[in-house]
Amino acid sequence: MRELRRKIVAGRDLNKPFITLCSGTACHATGSDAVAAAIQEELEKQGLTEQVGVRRTGCHGFCERGPILVIYPEEICYLGVTPEDVPEIVSETIKGKRIIERLLYAEPSTGERSVHEQDIPFYKHQTRLVFKGNLWIDPTKIEDYLALGGYKALAKVLEEKTPEEVLEEVKRANLRGRGGGGFPAGRKWETTRNAAGEPKYVIVNCDEGDPGAYMDRSIMEGNPHRVLEGLTIGAYAIGSHQGFVYVRQEYPIAIANLGVAIEQAKEYGFLGENILGSGFNFDVKVHRGAGAFVSGESSALMNAIEGKVGEPRPKYIHTSESGVWDKPSNLNNVETWANVPLIIAKGADWFNSIGTEGSKGTKIFSLVGTVNNTGLVEVPMGTTLREIIYKIGGGIRGGKRFKSVQTGGPSGGIIPEQFLDTPVDFDELTRLGSMMGSGGMIVIDEETCIVDLARYFVDFLCDESCGKCVPCREGLRRMREILEGVVAGRGKEGDIEMLEEIGEVMKKASLCALGTTAANPVLSTLRYFRDEYEAHIAEKRCPALFCKDLISYYIEPEKCVACLLCLKNCPEGAISGGKKKVHVIDQSKCVKCGICFDVCPPKVRAVKKISGVPVPPPVPEAEREIERRKVRSGGERRR
Amino acid sequence: MGKTNLKTELETGLERVEEIIEGYKERGEEGFLIQLLLDIQSEFNWIPREAIARISERLRVPKSKIYRVASFYEAMSLTPAGRHTVQVCLGTACQVRGAPKILDRLEERLRIKEGETTLDRRFSLRRVNCLGCCAMGPVVVVDGNYHGKITPAMVAGILEKYA
Repeated sequence: MRELRRKIVAGRDLNKPFITLCSGTACHATGSDAVAAAIQEELEKQGLTEQVGVRRTGCHGFCERGPILVIYPEEICYLGVTPEDVPEIVSETIKGKRIIERLLYAEPSTGERSVHEQDIPFYKHQTRLVFKGNLWIDPTKIEDYLALGGYKALAKVLEEKTPEEVLEEVKRANLRGRGGGGFPAGRKWETTRNAAGEPKYVIVNCDEGDPGAYMDRSIMEGNPHRVLEGLTIGAYAIGSHQGFVYVRQEYPIAIANLGVAIEQAKEYGFLGENILGSGFNFDVKVHRGAGAFVSGESSALMNAIEGKVGEPRPKYIHTSESGVWDKPSNLNNVETWANVPLIIAKGADWFNSIGTEGSKGTKIFSLVGTVNNTGLVEVPMGTTLREIIYKIGGGIRGGKRFKSVQTGGPSGGIIPEQFLDTPVDFDELTRLGSMMGSGGMIVIDEETCIVDLARYFVDFLCDESCGKCVPCREGLRRMREILEGVVAGRGKEGDIEMLEEIGEVMKKASLCALGTTAANPVLSTLRYFRDEYEAHIAEKRCPALFCKDLISYYIEPEKCVACLLCLKNCPEGAISGGKKKVHVIDQSKCVKCGICFDVCPPKVRAVKKISGVPVPPPVPEAEREIERRKVRSGGERRR
Repeated sequence: MGKTNLKTELETGLERVEEIIEGYKERGEEGFLIQLLLDIQSEFNWIPREAIARISERLRVPKSKIYRVASFYEAMSLTPAGRHTVQVCLGTACQVRGAPKILDRLEERLRIKEGETTLDRRFSLRRVNCLGCCAMGPVVVVDGNYHGKITPAMVAGILEKYA
């Protein structure tokens, strides 16, 4: 095997220029396919196909600025590349060795440009261990993974270690499950290993149903061999010969790349019979999930693997002892498995040197919402929220104020500003009434209504609750009813107390983790933003000026320049006025779509949202005539 | 579309269903019902009643069991879809960037609610819980084409592109 790796590495000319292009789902959506085609075409046109290699990699994580293109060996990084940029890139940078300034990253505050990916603040403050390979590897080529030392850990395990030793190493590393619960993976493995019954199964959970979280997909798309290697090591330690990978069908690229990876791993002898001549057999099957949030729960997922409806089983039977077809089954999520080869290769001591007392290693967060740099962020456990949101995420979009950050997916919680300096790990987040979950981190600015956000999560969970147990099914429905009333201005005294009571019952009496945590979004928002609930109920006022039924759009007559913009754009024809006539919104026709607010020029800002107070009466007809003031163009549109 | 046309379409459709079933039966694995239904969904964009009857017959599984699975999962549809599928992402990131307004606008414009199809079968409107391209939010996907950073004012223009 060492020989093979040496050959692969030797076969690569490090000085040969090659281009990597990010082709994860997010960049796919921003047009990376078209860029790839343009590169191919341009290289052919300029007769460079032989001299320049092209590699389509997985997600680089900086999705805000995709598609991302890196030119090696200089490692020049271009962001937001379009097909039109390609001819210039080929002639200028590849042939002429000149940098195209406008495609480089520019720091928004200073305008300073960064040539290399690792100099960009978004990357500079990260510690990329699990995610590293994504930058270089073409996920459809096992050779790329091997060249970076892939399957070394598996070889080490099979050649030098007994299953017990592997188990001991993972236990000592204190690897906690990255899928949500944070349960120590080593202990879970041990339970399955010691459980009675054969065969035993090992499972990768890539159901990743949390909206706003996509790190598992990015690993699976960008570096599937990493997951397979981790899984195979786990199977060896546990004594399993059959694995399943459960991937949501919404992730077609992940499913395709994983399929290719399994075939290649079999060809090279890393999967199948007698792996690397060790006598150990292990096979993997892919199972597509059909879109049900609850099926990401371990026992529900195992039902789905059996072809049944993906509903949870009662938790007093542990799946690690009785899972798929009632056999001992060990399930971990993608990121957890992807950590395993690292731990084996570098040792538990090394792993323990990263992170906090209770949470070791790194965690990948999906930093999204109203933050400047949306993307995937890998940092050591214990990094503070402020570092993640401001240093890496570049702060809040459009100069708005930070309000809170939501972590842990729909059943997680909200963390307000005063806790920004909290180090993020499993235990700290739980202490704040939220949770780690799979690592979703949704940044919320002042314009998001907290009550409506709670309603949103409850609505989501209501749809996704399987309906098997009463506290979850009925509790969520009643909560949704109350919250819908509150945001629509029908809130009444006692609503808050009722929400709390329902929440407590759900916590205690639900069957699975979905139900016991489903009240979190309500309870945690009540904990920190009770005043917003009270404003909705008592004053019929939405402090964030968001809830449609509690706000009105109003044009301030003294600011209106009669530019006709809102009048022309109003889809309902609810705005009256003229070239020299102050515009007025007919409140009875207004559907509150907000288009007038969006199109009113930032220099004018005559359209206003008001809440909790009556709309001032329209200006008398006689006073509507105005001297038309000129609108100066320029400036950014308001959101 | 004439009646005979519909009939041949149904027949060729059922032949395809037969092929898909055979493919799974040959492999002789357990628990493939979900995988089979997913294949049928992606083949026809919905799961016709005739297909369910055929699966029930061939696999000796009660229809009720198949309906239970097919109605449980988000990815499976028991009603036919329009020519163009409009997906509005209402994942949390899009939600906080104003996606609800986009959905409102689409519903007003198409005069249907999410989950429905317009009378002329031109559009089906669906909400999805995160497409994982949060940097582009709010996102609307029409027939697999991504439209990012949408404002309510852009909605009409996007729909016009799809006849």
